[in-house]
Amino acid sequence: MTFAITHQTVYEYEAPVAVSHHVARLEPLSSPFQSCGRFELDILPAPGLRKVHSDYFGNRLCFFAIQESHSRLEVTARSLVTRHSIPTLPAPASPVETEGKMETDTPWEQVLEMFRDPVSPQVVDPYQYIFDSPQVRASMELADYALPSFSGGCGLMEAVRDLNRRIFEDFKYDVKATTVATPLEEVLAKRRGVCQDFAHLGIACLRSMGLPARYVSGYLRTHPPRGKPRLVGADASHAWFSVFCPGSGWLDFDPTNNLQPGLEHITVAVGRDFGDVSPVAGIVTGGGSHVVKVSVDVEPLDKP
Amino acid sequence: MSPSKLQNQRSNNPENPPHANPWADYETHPQAYDELLDADGGVRPHYVRLMDALGRFTAAEMKHRQETCLRFIQEQGIAYHVYSDPRGMERPWQLDPLPFVLDPVEWRRLEQGLIQRAVLLNRIIADCHGNQDLIRSGWLSPALVFAQPDFLRPCHGIRQPQNRYLHFYAADLSRSPDGQWWVVSDRTQIPTGAGYALANRLVCSRIFPESFRDNNVHRLAGFFRKVQAAMSGLAADSSEPGKVVMLTPGPHNETFFEQAYLARYLGYMLVEGQDLTVRNNCVYLKTLNGLERVDVILRRVDDDFCDPLELRNDSMLGVPGLVEVVRAGRVIVANALGSGLLQSPAFMSFLPGLCRHLLNEDLRLPSVATWWCGQKKAQKFVLENLDRLLIKPAFRTRMSLPDPEKRLAEGEKAELRRKIAFDPDLFVAQERVQLAHAPCWEQGRFVGRPVGLRVYLVADGDSYSVMPGGLARVAPAANGQFISMQRGSCSKDTWVISPTPVEEFTLLHSPLQNVELRRTGNNIPSRLADNFFWLGRYAERADATARLLRSTLLRFSPEPVGGSLPVLAPLLQTLASQGQMEHAIRPESWFCRPEAFEAELFAVIFDANRAGSLRQTVDHLQRLAMLVRDRTSNDMWRVLNQLGEELTSNAKKSVVLMGDAGSVLSQVLLGLAAFHGLARENMTRAQAWRFLDMGLRLERAIYLGSLLDGVLQTPDPENPSLLEAVLEVADSSITYRSRYNLIPSLPSILDLVLLDDKNPRSVLFQMEQLAKHFDRLPRDAEESVASGRKLLRNDLAALRQAGSGEQGCLGPGSSMEPVGLALRQTLNDLPRVSDLIAAGYFAHSTISRTGREQAP
Repeated sequence: MTFAITHQTVYEYEAPVAVSHHVARLEPLSSPFQSCGRFELDILPAPGLRKVHSDYFGNRLCFFAIQESHSRLEVTARSLVTRHSIPTLPAPASPVETEGKMETDTPWEQVLEMFRDPVSPQVVDPYQYIFDSPQVRASMELADYALPSFSGGCGLMEAVRDLNRRIFEDFKYDVKATTVATPLEEVLAKRRGVCQDFAHLGIACLRSMGLPARYVSGYLRTHPPRGKPRLVGADASHAWFSVFCPGSGWLDFDPTNNLQPGLEHITVAVGRDFGDVSPVAGIVTGGGSHVVKVSVDVEPLDKP
Repeated sequence: MSPSKLQNQRSNNPENPPHANPWADYETHPQAYDELLDADGGVRPHYVRLMDALGRFTAAEMKHRQETCLRFIQEQGIAYHVYSDPRGMERPWQLDPLPFVLDPVEWRRLEQGLIQRAVLLNRIIADCHGNQDLIRSGWLSPALVFAQPDFLRPCHGIRQPQNRYLHFYAADLSRSPDGQWWVVSDRTQIPTGAGYALANRLVCSRIFPESFRDNNVHRLAGFFRKVQAAMSGLAADSSEPGKVVMLTPGPHNETFFEQAYLARYLGYMLVEGQDLTVRNNCVYLKTLNGLERVDVILRRVDDDFCDPLELRNDSMLGVPGLVEVVRAGRVIVANALGSGLLQSPAFMSFLPGLCRHLLNEDLRLPSVATWWCGQKKAQKFVLENLDRLLIKPAFRTRMSLPDPEKRLAEGEKAELRRKIAFDPDLFVAQERVQLAHAPCWEQGRFVGRPVGLRVYLVADGDSYSVMPGGLARVAPAANGQFISMQRGSCSKDTWVISPTPVEEFTLLHSPLQNVELRRTGNNIPSRLADNFFWLGRYAERADATARLLRSTLLRFSPEPVGGSLPVLAPLLQTLASQGQMEHAIRPESWFCRPEAFEAELFAVIFDANRAGSLRQTVDHLQRLAMLVRDRTSNDMWRVLNQLGEELTSNAKKSVVLMGDAGSVLSQVLLGLAAFHGLARENMTRAQAWRFLDMGLRLERAIYLGSLLDGVLQTPDPENPSLLEAVLEVADSSITYRSRYNLIPSLPSILDLVLLDDKNPRSVLFQMEQLAKHFDRLPRDAEESVASGRKLLRNDLAALRQAGSGEQGCLGPGSSMEPVGLALRQTLNDLPRVSDLIAAGYFAHSTISRTGREQAP
């Protein structure tokens, strides 16, 4: 399945911005399940400095600085991404046949044991995702919430699938309930939030159980209502979480939609939480207040 | 042990009456190591010379030296900001006069251990930010790095020249009862206190000059010369001496005094994040003359606060884009971003193994026994020994733990156990060390107090150099277990003595060095120019306010006298026009109630919470003085500090009489005169002075102009008592008398106070000075300068024109209307001139962040 994706972010500043520095994480990751064929990043006004490198988590990051006075900034990312149902590259020591479906589901306690100090060098990389990060802190309360999904001897996949379902059922999707700064405790108390909150919640529950989990940002193909044409630009960026399963690597779960991402989820970046993958972050000098408009378009190129 | 040998010392000196022997109460602690006395009560050899001198002192003499010590501290303005202290930034530095003495042989051993440790820590930091071999090979527990908020992932993979992360390192040392030194904590983030050690030295060497000389105390200046060498060696471009700046979080930081002190001593500019900007992947300093490239940043800002773009985005203390410049190798930050990682006490338990692994040596200087609960065995041990261990957070967190000085209640213990079991990585336990005791001066006698020592290292070639000395600190109570300036500890100068005379160091350059002569000091940061401008304005505002109030007080009498009313009205109106006395608009009403009026006057002088009061103006003045601390002399600082004392100490009195208030105002005016004198006579005529003087001239023109305007608008502007008051406020009475020897008349007053270009207190004089300054302003802001210059020229022309009158000068019977018009035009333009200066030179825009939109 191949998609042409356009992700445009426009900032309109109340007053001229003298100088600004930004970091963009908009280039979709390449992974066994996904290849990014083409990527273009257009920035207006043209940045005086532009550099691309990989960040600590392996995401492609573009640093740019605009050094002329401007009151509008337009960042447009265009990418061509193909999703594969069968990995094109072998996952490390992977016995899996298809994404998300393991032949055997390791009991979660066994996985937990793997991540107890001292951990073997083979799992040092996923081990990094067990610890608190700025926006996701483990707590006994979260462990209590997660616990019913983790019955004794239960397979890790089965447990996480159940947790994913419970988040979907227990929490109401409500764009007005939270902001980017709402702490997880409040989300848990209100039982409301958006995809970012649910992803953080899933991660926090898993970490509170002592399991490694990470944040995934990306896009989700949307289907127009039956009989209606697809609206261009009406899509949005999306977020979900991923859990590390020994033998198969990172496996994704989307608690907002109660499913395991398949061919219609496109990954852009991964990190410990939203703070690590924020698509366009910047510090501007001057500018006053600003409004931002984001539009995302995910266009399937293959005939259904 | 009885202090018998100390008693003997006293008997050697028959002049001292027994009751005055300050050593009589000195007792050693039964369990602790005593720095002064050995187990038999004999003075340790390295203390003998000092004790020979001290033993001869009576309590009175010691008291005198301690008072001198306090006075030096006050004069130097040495301060430390204790966050919980209501005195806040004004809290003086605590220094015990008695130095802490170290034996040269022991010191050599310590030095070797410290250098080894610094080299080791540097290697570990380098590995964590590079290949992470130590983590992957099991020498270092991964959780120790990955669970730390101080592991800055954006800084991973950045290559440092010579793989140097730790340019500065400090260690806190304690001595156990057997005399062994232990490292209690490693300071790798921002090793603070070397500047206080230096300040202590300057004070202490002056209290005990003879002993300081006789003991051959190692000088500290050599260490700071190495600091300079280390910093200048880091500059990327070697063709020019690199520009080094010291980045401060600002005057609210607890060690701001030290930062300003060190910056001045080392010759670096002290800058805040907003003074720096990133352009074309380089860091620049924003100066009045434009941007100036910065090569090295000596940071006093925590590393995670250094770049709001890539590091913590909730802080604006840093420089947006800095990490990318560091990544490109075009600026060096010392200590490197990420070096705070090794400050975690949890590393201590890994150091012996790592030392053998990395350096092939045994760790020379042991750490205090440390158990990191992230390891199973350690966790078990800690849970079993909660009572006798000191539990600490393993990482920098907001986690609150029970007060370590108190015994844990059963409930607290259970709660702690639960927390440790849930997230063991976050906890560390350390053995409680019985601290050594050192002699201190306390309330007229010598006593033993628990002591700790912080020592400092700087990178030197591929190794390190140790400062021969350090910051010794003593706990406030004999049974104290913790030493921290925040907990009320007191510091000590530390003397590393030598059997032979020591080399005299000085930070002055050797005369052979080729120094490029310079006469410019033009490149000050815009923010500093702003602060100097307002320093000038507030100084003059305080001056004008005090003069107006003093003249008001002199003329106000509780017995209502009708005649004084018209005299006071213009004075009060001037204060009102500057927003300092809202109720003064109708002074008639106040005259019916003299007590209320008096209270109102006192409030305008003393009330710190009242907008525009003299006290508040002086507070602003002191705050600004703090901001330009590294740019002004100590004398200037002291003068301003004393201004505040006059106002606060009098405000605390239960009864303040009119006469008291008058003399306070006179004292304040004297202090301000000293300030102006220092500014005029001691500041080079560079940009800092220029902006200060512009502020002063502008403010003086506004006050004098408003007063004269008020006079012209009274029903009887010719009233001689009123004109007398004007002369008094304008400090021009003597000049007037020498010229006229007459009862004041309006034209002659206006001539002298408004139009006389020879009178430094006339409005025209201020305007001419301002115009001169405008001609010499840096070229960077053509547009604003041109508009300001035009306004000033027009005003000057209008004033001169109005003053020439019909007969070429103001005379009896001349119409005052043209003068009034020119005056009002000038008063109208002055705030615009101020705005133009601000727009041209101080335009610091605020920075804000974008792009934290929620993902749906």
